[in-house]
Amino acid sequence: MEKVLEIKNLSVSLHTYAGEIKAIRNISFDLFHQETLVIVGESGCGKSMTSKAIIQLLPENIAETSEKSQIMFEGQNLAQLPEKTLKNIRGEKISMVFQDPTTYLNPTMTIGAQIGECLSLHKKMTRAEIRQQTIEILGKVKISNPEARLKQYPHEFSGGMRQRVMIAMALACRPKVLIADEPTTALDVTTQADIMDLIKELQQELGTAVILITHDLGIASEVGNRIQVMYAGEIIESGTKEQIFNSPAHPYTWALLRSVPTVSAARTDSSGSHKLYSLPGTPPDLIAPPKACAFAGRCEYCMDICNRVHPPVFEDRDGHLVSCWLCHPQAPKVEIPVKTKGDKHHE
Amino acid sequence: MNNENVLVQVQDLCKHFKMDQHKVLHAVDHISFQIYKKETLGIVGESGCGKTTLGRTVLGLYPATSGKVLFDGLDVHNADKRQRKEFKKRAQIMLQDPYASLNPRMTVGDIIAEGLEAQKMVLSKKEKDERVCNLLDLVGLSPEYRSRYPHEFSGGQRQRIGIARTLAVEPEFIVCDEPISALDVSIQAQVVNLFDDLQHDLGLTYLFIAHDLSMVRHISDRIGVMYLGNLVELGESRELYEHPAHPYTKALLSAIPSVDLDNPMSSRRIRLDGEVTSPINPKPGCRFAKRCKYATPRCFEVQPDFKEVAPGHFAACHQIG
Repeated sequence: MEKVLEIKNLSVSLHTYAGEIKAIRNISFDLFHQETLVIVGESGCGKSMTSKAIIQLLPENIAETSEKSQIMFEGQNLAQLPEKTLKNIRGEKISMVFQDPTTYLNPTMTIGAQIGECLSLHKKMTRAEIRQQTIEILGKVKISNPEARLKQYPHEFSGGMRQRVMIAMALACRPKVLIADEPTTALDVTTQADIMDLIKELQQELGTAVILITHDLGIASEVGNRIQVMYAGEIIESGTKEQIFNSPAHPYTWALLRSVPTVSAARTDSSGSHKLYSLPGTPPDLIAPPKACAFAGRCEYCMDICNRVHPPVFEDRDGHLVSCWLCHPQAPKVEIPVKTKGDKHHE
Repeated sequence: MNNENVLVQVQDLCKHFKMDQHKVLHAVDHISFQIYKKETLGIVGESGCGKTTLGRTVLGLYPATSGKVLFDGLDVHNADKRQRKEFKKRAQIMLQDPYASLNPRMTVGDIIAEGLEAQKMVLSKKEKDERVCNLLDLVGLSPEYRSRYPHEFSGGQRQRIGIARTLAVEPEFIVCDEPISALDVSIQAQVVNLFDDLQHDLGLTYLFIAHDLSMVRHISDRIGVMYLGNLVELGESRELYEHPAHPYTKALLSAIPSVDLDNPMSSRRIRLDGEVTSPINPKPGCRFAKRCKYATPRCFEVQPDFKEVAPGHFAACHQIG
């Protein structure tokens, strides 16, 4: 498969009044043509930072990408490019959809003007062509009566419709990579399912590779091809959807899977004896991140070595990557506390 | 259940907002239900369906256009000043956004004690301090936090502070307006467990508004489904999730993403076509008819009644029964 994006040793730190926050700590991953890569993790784990680092939209005055970071896209290292070149890539080749469409749409511009702006910046088109293209793309994101809708302002659209407009803007120039940062968090389940379907459809049609950031494991399992779990600025497990859901290997992934309330598990009686699982403790402070395993303090299976040496990345034959000492051949075998369909154990 | 166990009785409640001379937004339209003592009634529905307005009107925070809310026999919307004050002590609201709902200029202690002072429930400074410490302890926070300010806390901790403030006046009934939707999954579980424990220990009654269907199922005894200002279905959680009767409930349940790879949502999803009908000056008939694949001409003319489809399970649809 063709690699669209290749990220190597990416580290980002933020200089704040409290000290240097190491928000992303040495992560590497690839994005392939037309796939959907899902990044999951709790808030503050660095998933949004990763996506913003890729298109270099980090807060300029406080963020610093380390020098050995490589974000390879079409033979160029995005981390080193001047702002002027980056502007040509953003929106045309790599574009982004954000969580809250209301704050990202300009309330004083019509929808048509906002979508057209993207086209007029990146493509040489006449006004009539832009209008034609805008109508076409609005139709593609299933907004009915696009000719009339063009002249409307964001406040005249519902939340789900605004997110469709955002997607239309992002896809107007047929980008190679679409980064969707929690695109459906603010929406209802029915609208969420529609938006996810829409992204999938357009992905098939345009051949775009998608990086989807979410904290909802349900969405990850519905749309992802590959899933990457982040914790405290690091990728702790990554693999195909089947690997993550059927044979998860990192204790943090187990905890995430356990805390999902299943629809079949209702409260058993009025006293509420049926408890939801919740992971005790809080993530580590990233101003002084632990040298060894970042999850050790909250881990039920913590061993002596976990607090002393940072776990290496273990890879099995199928490319399932796990950064945990439990995967070491000498580690004790533990039973996965989540119900999974796979019976594969650690290797 | 008999009438003695009913804490809140909502009778044909309407809340309309006048937009201008000719436009009236029917946010809550002819809704009736009961909430029993010590139960959790969940309310679900998409955004804009009137869930929040319902919660606020039940508490008397919005005046009702018509209909009645009886709280333990007291008519909430026609109570005199003294009765209202008493009612405010017994019924409280828990807000959605832990960032916007705490005053950044007040210490946590002052935030929690505000209600105590308003209701004249504490006499001395020492007594107030003691109550605040107890409340913080109750929601799982250290009493030392009382002199700190809200910005020093995370979202989950702030929501706990909000819960402590709500509990300060020792209410019996709490309207929880999406208290967990702004939180992370792992934190959500903690807060939901806290709600559960508090209900068990203090005998609270909840009206729990949310759009996360799996969480609602977890916490509720009974669930009501709203669509554009109408209550379309009401039943015990298990019954409702296993045998949904209304086509809208079916579509809503089918759109929940699942972590089960063998049974993905996409394979069983019931798609809803068309846009949501506007709640401004709605036409007669079933509000869901435009998006419903079972709709008959009758659905566009007559609004369906709320019928019992199984014991304790109600639905408003012409196609049932």
